[in-house]
Amino acid sequence: MVAIHANEDGLRRDERLERLKLFGLSSPATLLILVILVIPVGWLFYVSFVGADGSFSLENYERMVSRKSYSRIFITTFQVSFLTTGLCILIGYPLAYFLSQLPPRLASLCMITVLLPFWTSLLVRTYAWLVLLQKQGLINSWAMSLGLWDEPIKMVHNMTGTLIGMVHIMLPFLILPTYGAMRAISQDYMKAASNLGARPRTAFWTVFFPLSTPGLFAGALMVFILCLGFFVTPAVLGGGKVIMVSMKIVSNIELFVNWGAASALGVVLLVLTMIILWVASRFLKLDQIAGGGH
Amino acid sequence: MKVKTLTTLAASLLATTAMAQDKELTVASWGGSYQEAQSKALFEPAAAAGFDVKQETYGGMSDVRLQVQTGQVTLDIVASGSGSAARAGAEGLLEELDYDVIDVSTFYPSLYSKYCIGGDVFSTVFAWNTETYGEDGPQSWADFWDVEKFPGSRAYRGSVAGALEPALMADGVAPEDVYEVLSSEDGIERALDKIRELRPNIDVFWSSGAQHAQLMKDGEVDMSTGWNGRFDNAAADGAKVAYTYNQALLDYDCFAIPKGAPNTDVAMEFLNEISKPEYQDDLPKYITYGPTNKAAYETGEITEEVAATLPSSPENAALQLPISLEWYAEWETIAAEMYQEMLTE
Repeated sequence: MVAIHANEDGLRRDERLERLKLFGLSSPATLLILVILVIPVGWLFYVSFVGADGSFSLENYERMVSRKSYSRIFITTFQVSFLTTGLCILIGYPLAYFLSQLPPRLASLCMITVLLPFWTSLLVRTYAWLVLLQKQGLINSWAMSLGLWDEPIKMVHNMTGTLIGMVHIMLPFLILPTYGAMRAISQDYMKAASNLGARPRTAFWTVFFPLSTPGLFAGALMVFILCLGFFVTPAVLGGGKVIMVSMKIVSNIELFVNWGAASALGVVLLVLTMIILWVASRFLKLDQIAGGGH
Repeated sequence: MKVKTLTTLAASLLATTAMAQDKELTVASWGGSYQEAQSKALFEPAAAAGFDVKQETYGGMSDVRLQVQTGQVTLDIVASGSGSAARAGAEGLLEELDYDVIDVSTFYPSLYSKYCIGGDVFSTVFAWNTETYGEDGPQSWADFWDVEKFPGSRAYRGSVAGALEPALMADGVAPEDVYEVLSSEDGIERALDKIRELRPNIDVFWSSGAQHAQLMKDGEVDMSTGWNGRFDNAAADGAKVAYTYNQALLDYDCFAIPKGAPNTDVAMEFLNEISKPEYQDDLPKYITYGPTNKAAYETGEITEEVAATLPSSPENAALQLPISLEWYAEWETIAAEMYQEMLTE
């Protein structure tokens, strides 16, 4: 009895020591996050409440309510981000599935084709799309010389061009985590499912798909959040007609006497994003519970 | 050995004293071919007059605002657009220029102001594709708006500067009345309505000079507004593009001194130096922007052929509407917000 108690004490001490060690190990990162994330975001929040005359004021937020353009810009931003995420899932998931079914050596070879554009500068890829998609660009001139269509199709300087460019740039962010999750799914599960009489489609939807969702959701979330802050691609491929929050932040810095006009935009974007993430995380959990119940 | 060290020491001491006698200052501009032209025509030759110029590039008046607000001013002179300099001046970010030091007796009176002295003159023009419309393209803003007479796609500026005046002229307002009409929200709305009318034919709202030049070069649009120098460069590069100064907006870039600049007095002297005709007459050799000092046309450096192509030549200037800095200082923020409403509709 006594010996067990002594043992328990020892274990507890070990645990405490372990925790302290872990804290010590993570403290540089914690400090870094505090310095480069928490303090600047707090400062941003504070500055957004400073008016043009330097005193506390709600004018930066009032402006966003009274001018219709702000709500439209937020709607555009979320619209572009949702559409890009959706298209990335539609294109990326089947591709990741295909790659995960290949023998590992062939799969890594194919993975290079996914990663190669990922290592190319974002600006270069954006301008490359401009060259391809514009009226006298490669796609239009080839299609017209082949007789596919007679008049050049407007594929850029609009929402279409913006989405094409953004989906292309975001695709690796979705494919990589999804592929990782799929590789971790043992083939034995699928064999077991068919052994129990499931058709391939049923086996996929009831076994494979639920097991791959953590990777898919992680990828989709990353794509979505990165999209919210996009600047270059919509600015170049949107033709000045697709205006996202980041572009408005830049123009407000140039236009207004105080930084608050731009900070308030950042704060609102941050809050809206957090709300969406919170809602998404609730759905995510529900989904996993539902998946586990099968 | 000792002697040698001493001599070296003395020599370097002498050198530093000589340097100290030089009038040191830091100038910031926009970089690229524009700053290169300024550097060759203005900044480098000023060394002969005893100025030791350190050049930098910067991101515009928001940089100056940051420096002034934090009390860490490192720039003595900044090159700026006239409108943003006027607003920065009103905001208290710039030193008042001392025109007892800077001689502006032969300047165009509208090309210098309290906080900013003109460095070069450029025009906001409309350009057209000569393959689509021939050499005799649209001749007025009304033509630019006339999609029946001149069918084809347009590009227009994505921000408010220089975007409302053409719309009003196309709507029949006489150039001299444009700023009067624009001095109310109703007037601005009238200009915006005119742009809404053309909007189905505006394919691109451009955001930089490089962009509108490229749009014309690639034949992506048939007509575009933009800065004359950029279209000249595109044409020199083989683009099928022509423009006219008729009803163009005459504007200028200028030099200003940030509030609390480390070498304010030297900066004033330097501005006086580079505003002299013998400096300004070299600028058109490197970029098709005109001098702000009338006397620069009389030195013989600018040939008549070159002069005829510059925005500030008397003949060309007479065709144009000079930008009103007062209007921009008072209305730009409001107008920019209204412009963005129109863009996001």
